[in-house]
Amino acid sequence: MRILVVEDDKDVAGFVLKGLREAGHTVEHADNGRDGLFLAASENFDAIILDRMLPGGIDGLRLLETLRAQDNATPVLFLSALSQVDDRVKGLKAGGDDYLTKPFAFAELLARVEALTRRGKSDGPTTKLCVGDLEMDLLSRSVRRGTQKIDLQPREFRLLEYLMRHAGQVVTRTMLLEGVWDYHFDPQTNVIDVHVSRLRQKIDKPFELPLLHTVRNAGYMLRAEEV
Amino acid sequence: METTPLSEAESGARAVQEAATPREPRRKGKPLIRSTGIRFAVTYALVFGLSAFTLAFSLWYSTVGLLQRQVQFAILNDATALNEHYQIGGLPSLINAIHSRLTDSGDSDGIYLLLDPLGNHIIGNLDQWPAGLNRINTWYELPVTRKGTRSISLLRAYTLSGGEQLLIGRDVSARAQLRGVMRDALLWALGLMIFLGLLGAVLIRSMFRRMMRDISTTTRAIALGDLTRRIPKHGNGDEFDELAEIINDMLERIARLMDGVRQVSNAIAHDLRTPITRARTRLEDAALHAHTKEDLQLAVERAMLDLDGVVGVFEALLRIAEIEAGSRRSAFAAIDLAPMLRDIDELYRAVAEERGLILDTRIDEPLPLLGDRELVQQAIANLLDNALKFSATGTTIRFTARVEEALIEICIADRGPGISEEDRSRATERFFRAESARSTAGSGLGLALVAAVAQLHNGTLRLANNNPGLRAIITLPARRG
Repeated sequence: MRILVVEDDKDVAGFVLKGLREAGHTVEHADNGRDGLFLAASENFDAIILDRMLPGGIDGLRLLETLRAQDNATPVLFLSALSQVDDRVKGLKAGGDDYLTKPFAFAELLARVEALTRRGKSDGPTTKLCVGDLEMDLLSRSVRRGTQKIDLQPREFRLLEYLMRHAGQVVTRTMLLEGVWDYHFDPQTNVIDVHVSRLRQKIDKPFELPLLHTVRNAGYMLRAEEV
Repeated sequence: METTPLSEAESGARAVQEAATPREPRRKGKPLIRSTGIRFAVTYALVFGLSAFTLAFSLWYSTVGLLQRQVQFAILNDATALNEHYQIGGLPSLINAIHSRLTDSGDSDGIYLLLDPLGNHIIGNLDQWPAGLNRINTWYELPVTRKGTRSISLLRAYTLSGGEQLLIGRDVSARAQLRGVMRDALLWALGLMIFLGLLGAVLIRSMFRRMMRDISTTTRAIALGDLTRRIPKHGNGDEFDELAEIINDMLERIARLMDGVRQVSNAIAHDLRTPITRARTRLEDAALHAHTKEDLQLAVERAMLDLDGVVGVFEALLRIAEIEAGSRRSAFAAIDLAPMLRDIDELYRAVAEERGLILDTRIDEPLPLLGDRELVQQAIANLLDNALKFSATGTTIRFTARVEEALIEICIADRGPGISEEDRSRATERFFRAESARSTAGSGLGLALVAAVAQLHNGTLRLANNNPGLRAIITLPARRG
């Protein structure tokens, strides 16, 4: 994937660039708003990682608003030290697709950026999701693995749906909290782990090949092949 | 080189000392008019004097004017009557009428003079036509000589149809005297009133200064750091008492905020230093002593966890500060808490079952609230986190929500160790951790956030004994309609 990083802090930018390249992405970097806007508007990217506060007269919000005004729908993830609730709301209102506050774990950033690009691609309405022999019918809201029907609670269904939509990608605990429960804070209790392990009981326990994997220090991943 | 900063420091100290003695409210060399007290007093004296003057002047004007109008009216009546005599009976009848008026002792103030067209005296009590009276049908106030004495008279002249000239008048010297007496009396009264006005002004100024002194001494002492000072009240409930009360309330709030800041900075110094020190130690230890790459990796990961903890504390602190500032109120919306609470219940139920706890939930609906969904969500999650953390396996956690008398009451009660009576009031302070809780994980910010959220919604957080365990009750005003 081709990713643009607009970030003025040299250390953070270097760290993010290195990490993204290691993960196999092509990366461009701009250290101010003006260059960032020029790059974003003139070239094609799969995703943009954008700092809110930037030098060069154009801050992150202005940059994004300008970009969206030109009908550029490239997914944008805000990476900002502004952590108040209003700041996040403002960022999303301006056309941002996700908002991550600094300091952050790289695994979280990578997972979110990869999730964004996936979201950008599958725009058409899907009625069926498949991972290996696991099938989810979104219309009849039923799940089966192989020939066996699996009964899920409504919330378990939504959890699995989220995981299946991001199959092959790392999904972090906070992504699940936000995406499935619409929670924007971290509970002290390991609530997500408990729910995921219950789901795992239902979809993996009776079968030979596990689909739902735990990725150390990051989160979870649903995929058919062995990690 | 060394003496200059020293003397500067000394003079600075002196300046502080001078400011610390708030005895002289008006500094030397300040123009008198810049004193609000003086301005107040002068304004008072001016207003008082002006109104006194207006009163005196209108009294004088209306009294004297009335007398004048009465005399004029009498003269005009007289003229009409005499003219009728002349019209009906001719000159002899007129002479007769004037004669009878002159000899009639009833009206000794009357002045009459009738001259023939050549200017010869026909009848009248004046020897000659008064000098200066040369227009007819006009009011004159002139000195005339009557029976050898001069006196002030109000006069009006008429020309009769036969060419005779008739002068009618009234002696007004008595009235002029009365006017003089009245003027003198009013001038005296005015003088007295001005004196009283000035006296009042001085009194007002000293009163003003006394009130100001109370306030200015107190506020100056507070500005210098003595936050315990309060403005004394006089107890009569007047405006100054009201002002004193308002200022005292403000001071109370400032003192509380200062306490909060002090607490937080102490806590930061204390509670954040610990994990930062731990992380630093780990890294340094690894840098010095790690022999394998794995050791190093492990130390770095542990240090990262410690730093994540520090970030978490920071975020919680900022969140609480954001809530306490009240700016989130602008984002309040009409919401129903019931579905949101059921979601939380569902989220935590799995954890409770995992740990062998019973979560006994009863949520009434609807639970209408004007508020911030996300904040209430976080507050309830904090309380459930706590309840789960401190509950022993096999015990029950009660989670209830209901509306009663326009109040939404959300209660989470556990059977854990609870919080002792003396700690309960301090449990919502930032970073406070009861002795029994020190061994468990946590930042000591959870309940502080819950209390802040409740307060933001004009509600309360109450902690009570659940015999055994803790009962945390959030009360929020329900949305009407």
